[in-house]
Amino acid sequence: MKVQLNMIKKTHKSLLVSVGFFVFSLNAYADAYSNKSIATTPHIQTLAASCGACHGSQGNSVGGSSVLAGLDASHFVLQMMAFRNGSRSATVMQRHAKGLTVEEINDLAIYFAQQKRVTALIPPNQRLAE
Amino acid sequence: MAIDRRDFLKIAASKALFSLPMLSKAATQAKGRVVVIGGGYAGATAAKYLRTWSNGGLDVIVVEPRSQFVSCPLSNLVLGGNKDINDLTFGYDLLKSNHGIQWVNDEVVAIDVASRVVKMKQGELAYDRLVIAPGIDFMFEQLPMLQSPEAQEVVPHAWKAGAQTVNLRKQLESMKDGGVFVMSIPKAPYRCPPGPYERVCQVAFYLKNHKPNSKIIVLDANAEIISKKSLFTKAWAEMYAGMIDYRPNSSVLAVDVATKNVKTEFESVQANVLNVIPPQRAGKIAQIVGAASVDKRWCEVDFLTYESKIVPNVHIIGDSVSAALPKSAHMATSQARVCANAIVALLSDQAPDTLPVFANTCYSYVSDKMAMHVANVYRYDANKKMMVPAEGGGVSDKPSELEGNYAQAWAKNIWSDVLT
Ligand SMILES: Cc1cc2nc3c(=O)[nH]c(=O)nc-3n(C[C@H](O)[C@H](O)[C@H](O)COP(=O)(O)OP(=O)(O)OC[C@H]3O[C@@H](n4cnc5c(N)ncnc54)[C@H](O)[C@@H]3O)c2cc1C
Repeated sequence: MKVQLNMIKKTHKSLLVSVGFFVFSLNAYADAYSNKSIATTPHIQTLAASCGACHGSQGNSVGGSSVLAGLDASHFVLQMMAFRNGSRSATVMQRHAKGLTVEEINDLAIYFAQQKRVTALIPPNQRLAE
Repeated sequence: MAIDRRDFLKIAASKALFSLPMLSKAATQAKGRVVVIGGGYAGATAAKYLRTWSNGGLDVIVVEPRSQFVSCPLSNLVLGGNKDINDLTFGYDLLKSNHGIQWVNDEVVAIDVASRVVKMKQGELAYDRLVIAPGIDFMFEQLPMLQSPEAQEVVPHAWKAGAQTVNLRKQLESMKDGGVFVMSIPKAPYRCPPGPYERVCQVAFYLKNHKPNSKIIVLDANAEIISKKSLFTKAWAEMYAGMIDYRPNSSVLAVDVATKNVKTEFESVQANVLNVIPPQRAGKIAQIVGAASVDKRWCEVDFLTYESKIVPNVHIIGDSVSAALPKSAHMATSQARVCANAIVALLSDQAPDTLPVFANTCYSYVSDKMAMHVANVYRYDANKKMMVPAEGGGVSDKPSELEGNYAQAWAKNIWSDVLT
């Protein structure tokens, strides 16, 4: 899919993204290209944390799944929409992409774009004591 | 919900006109003490996110009798010889030190709800809000002969990962070729709906490779395989042909521990290795506090906050909750996060999220490398006042090595999230 991407800061603090022929605005102000970060709604905070089971805390995967932290927001939206409409085939992600609203996908994109990339900690194994 | 281009434009238009930035106030003002009972998947997650989302404003104390975290997810692979129990065993040190969580190595034995105090074997703790995350308890009154630790040495359940998992593996290792492994499954709901069927695959994998004349008899109290049915049926037929004898509607009524003989309504079955998974209910402390009102087994909660419908200021998460949701580790952590977020809101005079949404992915291994999923997004339904599956959920077309890799990634990431 050919993609044209504009990110324009709007004065009312919503972000207009135009992706190909889709035009939609995002409900929280964020700019993946500046270092400004915003508080996230509790709704998105818990939803994003639920992605952590496979993609790590704040999207910092320990491996075996995509790192979402710091991922370009428009790339995230495009991939999720492609999982959703089947243009990108997937084993599992289509189940999640189809269950989310477009607004949630947008908000998740902004949330993950804002997260710092860090090396996730792996808890060390122990010998079973009991 | 199918969204077409016109919907996009509508959303765009409405947003441009009406949307205000929904910036939540940083919840720095949350103050108080939260005691969390249980450091399993649900409790450990709740503790971490209570500290994180209150920016350290809440004092969080976990009470947990076990000194180690042993993961049930992947523990069936120990039985197949495809994991070591030590691969699934962790300490709590990073979780405690990274998030300033206080930890008491003890068991809660009573709760004084009126004065908001939990009583442990040694000492007491006062709380503003209490989170109960005790996992499951076994209903041994239905199978009293299996209650004692001595009986469970002989007939382990291995439904709480740890020493019993190792014991069951050892019994399989010392079983003769041509022996019979008998496993029983309780009526749903129980912890991890696909778990018993995954266990059958793992035992079959081991026996096929090492003791190919052996048999597996599955006594299922349910009328049919209750999770990933067609996938398991196919895997059993194609990968372990002739090895698995599946008997539905077979509730275990009694067990002769000494001889490893099981009685159902219809028959007596003789085992060489016997694994009875007993019927289950909410963890004992949830029973003691009177929160387990549904069938006297499971706890009814408000799905916006996970506060008990019966006991005020007490939140219940994880396997103990009565919900039309699978009792899985991913679900337990998702519930824990919604609960933590709500408690932070409540203790800083803000309203909790009114429409929580979360995901569940649960993999089952059919061999050493191949796995398959069931995955769903769940969304709060304000009319039904419960979490309901969103569109798009479902199971794999077939098991694959790719999903086996994803399952490992799931485990590593969830351990990293919950334990560091
Ligand atoms: C064989 C098997 C395979 C599974 N596979 C998967 C899988 O692949 N994916 C998946 O998502 N789920 C899986 N599950 C399910 C998963 O293990 C459970 O859903 C999950 O552990 C539930 O978390 P919990 O916190 O409610 O309970 P637990 O993890 O059991 O934690 C409860 C904790 O509370 C403590 N506790 C209990 N009572 C008290 C008390 N009175 N005072 C203090 N502490 C107390 C206990 O010691 C324990 O540590 C599997 C389960 C089994 C048995």
